[in-house]
Amino acid sequence: MTTRRRAIVYAVSASTLTLAVPLGFGGLTAADAEVAPPRPGAGPPTGVAVGSDAEKLVLEVTAANRVVVRLPRVEVGQGITTATAMLIAEELDARLQDVDIPLADARTDGGNQYTGGSSSVRTLYDPARKVAAVARARLVTAAARQWRVPARTLRTENTMVIAPDGRTATFGSLTAAAARISRPDVSSAPKPASRHRIIGRPATRIDARDLVTGAAKYAGDLAVAGAMPTVVARPPTLGGTVATVDDARARALPGVLAVVRIPSGVAVVAQTFYHAWQARDALRITWQPGPMATVSDAEIRSRLRAALPRPAAPPRGSTQVQGEFEFAFVSHAPMEVLTAVADVRADRAELWFSTQTPTDARGSLAEALRLPERSIKVHVVRGGGSFGRRLGYEAAIEAALISKAARRPVKLMWSRNDDMRHGGMRPATCHRVRASLARGRVVASVHDSASVDELSLPIPTGAWRSVDSGMSRTADEIITDETAKALGKDPVAYRRALLRGSPRAALDKVAAAGRWGRPLPAGWGQGVAVHEEYDSTVACLAEIDATDPRNPRVVAVTVAADVGTVVNPLGLEAQLMGATMDGISTILYAGLHIDRGAVREGSFADFRYARQRHSPLRFAAHIMPSRRPPGGAGELAVPAAAGAVANAYARATGTRPRRFPIVF
Amino acid sequence: MSQHSFELNGRPVTVDAPDDMPLLWVLRDLLGVTGPKYGCGVGVCRSCTSHLDGAEIQPCVVPVRDCAGRRVTTIEGLACGDRLHPVQQAWLDCDVSQCGFCQPGQIMAAVALLKGTPQPTDADIDKIENVCRCGTYHRVRKAIKQAAGRG
Repeated sequence: MTTRRRAIVYAVSASTLTLAVPLGFGGLTAADAEVAPPRPGAGPPTGVAVGSDAEKLVLEVTAANRVVVRLPRVEVGQGITTATAMLIAEELDARLQDVDIPLADARTDGGNQYTGGSSSVRTLYDPARKVAAVARARLVTAAARQWRVPARTLRTENTMVIAPDGRTATFGSLTAAAARISRPDVSSAPKPASRHRIIGRPATRIDARDLVTGAAKYAGDLAVAGAMPTVVARPPTLGGTVATVDDARARALPGVLAVVRIPSGVAVVAQTFYHAWQARDALRITWQPGPMATVSDAEIRSRLRAALPRPAAPPRGSTQVQGEFEFAFVSHAPMEVLTAVADVRADRAELWFSTQTPTDARGSLAEALRLPERSIKVHVVRGGGSFGRRLGYEAAIEAALISKAARRPVKLMWSRNDDMRHGGMRPATCHRVRASLARGRVVASVHDSASVDELSLPIPTGAWRSVDSGMSRTADEIITDETAKALGKDPVAYRRALLRGSPRAALDKVAAAGRWGRPLPAGWGQGVAVHEEYDSTVACLAEIDATDPRNPRVVAVTVAADVGTVVNPLGLEAQLMGATMDGISTILYAGLHIDRGAVREGSFADFRYARQRHSPLRFAAHIMPSRRPPGGAGELAVPAAAGAVANAYARATGTRPRRFPIVF
Repeated sequence: MSQHSFELNGRPVTVDAPDDMPLLWVLRDLLGVTGPKYGCGVGVCRSCTSHLDGAEIQPCVVPVRDCAGRRVTTIEGLACGDRLHPVQQAWLDCDVSQCGFCQPGQIMAAVALLKGTPQPTDADIDKIENVCRCGTYHRVRKAIKQAAGRG
């Protein structure tokens, strides 16, 4: 039950119309949205609420007729800047292209500023509309007083106030006057959904042009004065440390500016990344093996199995459908590797990096640099993907330490190898699922799981898009299919009988639209799965060609999602599509091996995230109509896609998949 | 260290750089051209994909010496002033980008594909190796077909 409170919108400037609204308004409570943090070290604590009253959304109308909202979230491709611009444009009656959504620096006035838990639209939907509606009422009132006409006769459109006689005034021309109005003459309530003209209609990304012309700037593209390329030599094993280092040869190379030891390795600052890597490779380092140096996958697997509780005896007289499921480690592998620019001085520090947890990062930076938090400025930069990777901020801490030691600004970049071999991973897990059947139905079921996070092994792990659900849902859906088979029922019909409401409607949709049960060539198969999370529901139907079981291809995917009120259908479709690729990749091809304490994979050559040739030739996303408030969508489809692909593979090959990824 | 002269996005440039320095770092760190992205450094992820004399290359594995006297085109050189290349326009129309980091490379790969294969089949498009971690492949495919239709 969400208790709606009255939003307190208040003015924060006298010269332009600038309004603030707390993000806690009508939004999520701690129980609704949690972000699971990375582990170990640099990461936020578990189970922290997203969107609190201490967090504010600030809207400004500039004299140049720009509507500027500094977003206390990070854009990593999920489209939150576009969705926010749509909410603002809707209530202000501004043109979408007149709305700017820069990312807010780490705030000092409270709030955790987290991006995670598929919570952004849920936390922003009410406050963003409210603050824009209040701004609109004040702009209309300002125009009415200027023109000496009743405010209720005026309308707004295209970032202007329009009078019945045709006179117009841009919001920019009214902003100073509107800033002085505290009691507007017209309603400042958001529109009813029936009057939405932007919310719910497909909009292309507001940053699309910058993205296709190369103009968009990520942390590594920023030209921060004097910030020189920096890389770190890292140990061959997880958690390894420097025993000895001879840097004479490296220092003598051209273009080398500094060599600095940090806890995680040896850093080189140089004129270019080419020079930095040359010098890194010239360092003579002896490494102390990490604490995992004798541990490999086989041992991790057996320890995970051993960590599962002893199964209780099944109900007397029942037959069992059961399986033990193993999921490998998975790299987040965002296309943009961790990158951080740091300029640390004796009494202050300034950093630029992409982060889902900027205020936590600042706290940790303060500790690492022994500076007060208020002396540290964190600029949040757009990220080249994240998938949970940027919940951690290891690169920022390293960059700060290097800048401090080298006494110069640095631009630190992890190599792809660094990120795959030392970055947080989706933890390996083991699941034991059992359905007990009697009298033609399931009379008891149990799902036990163990994650490598519970084994107190010093392996860097972190929440990966959809966290545990990607694995647990897959295991459940496979057992559901095997149960249906044991009962002689069709997988869709069997699920359908157990479901009601939104999940049943979503299942019906994919079964019809994806032509469930159509005749298929030998070696092909269809699979379905349904998942509910983040106040949303999704069903997925995957069709696979596994004629060559070692080289399967998902040829068609149909998704149906009920995420409540949809802000941007095009953005939602993109999230469903991306999550589908995550499901395909983690089930079929993409994982990491641990060999004697080291991650074997080192790039996209051996970490086999799906390529174009693995993507479905047919993809359809159906959005289920709903008047409910928005649910979460960013992670939603990963578990459904994973489950559907696993079931499709099982039916195509007549196998019972138990270990993922399948081709590994 | 020696001087290397080549044409970059229609303009002559000369840089002082070691012969074996990969073009990617010449572009990014010496010339400030940041459209081509680093994603692996070993020619696998293809985020840096650009053109050399109109053919697809991965600048992270092409030494600058190999570019002497030749034409280098990055994503920044694709549009004609404000007029986008038809493939860029198709990318906007299909709203392909998510995080966008791989998209300069995806677009340059698509332009190279369409140059040699103006009407690509699904099998032709499947040969594009560029990784998109956001999983935009379906829209990439749609945009390529749309651009081919216009061509």
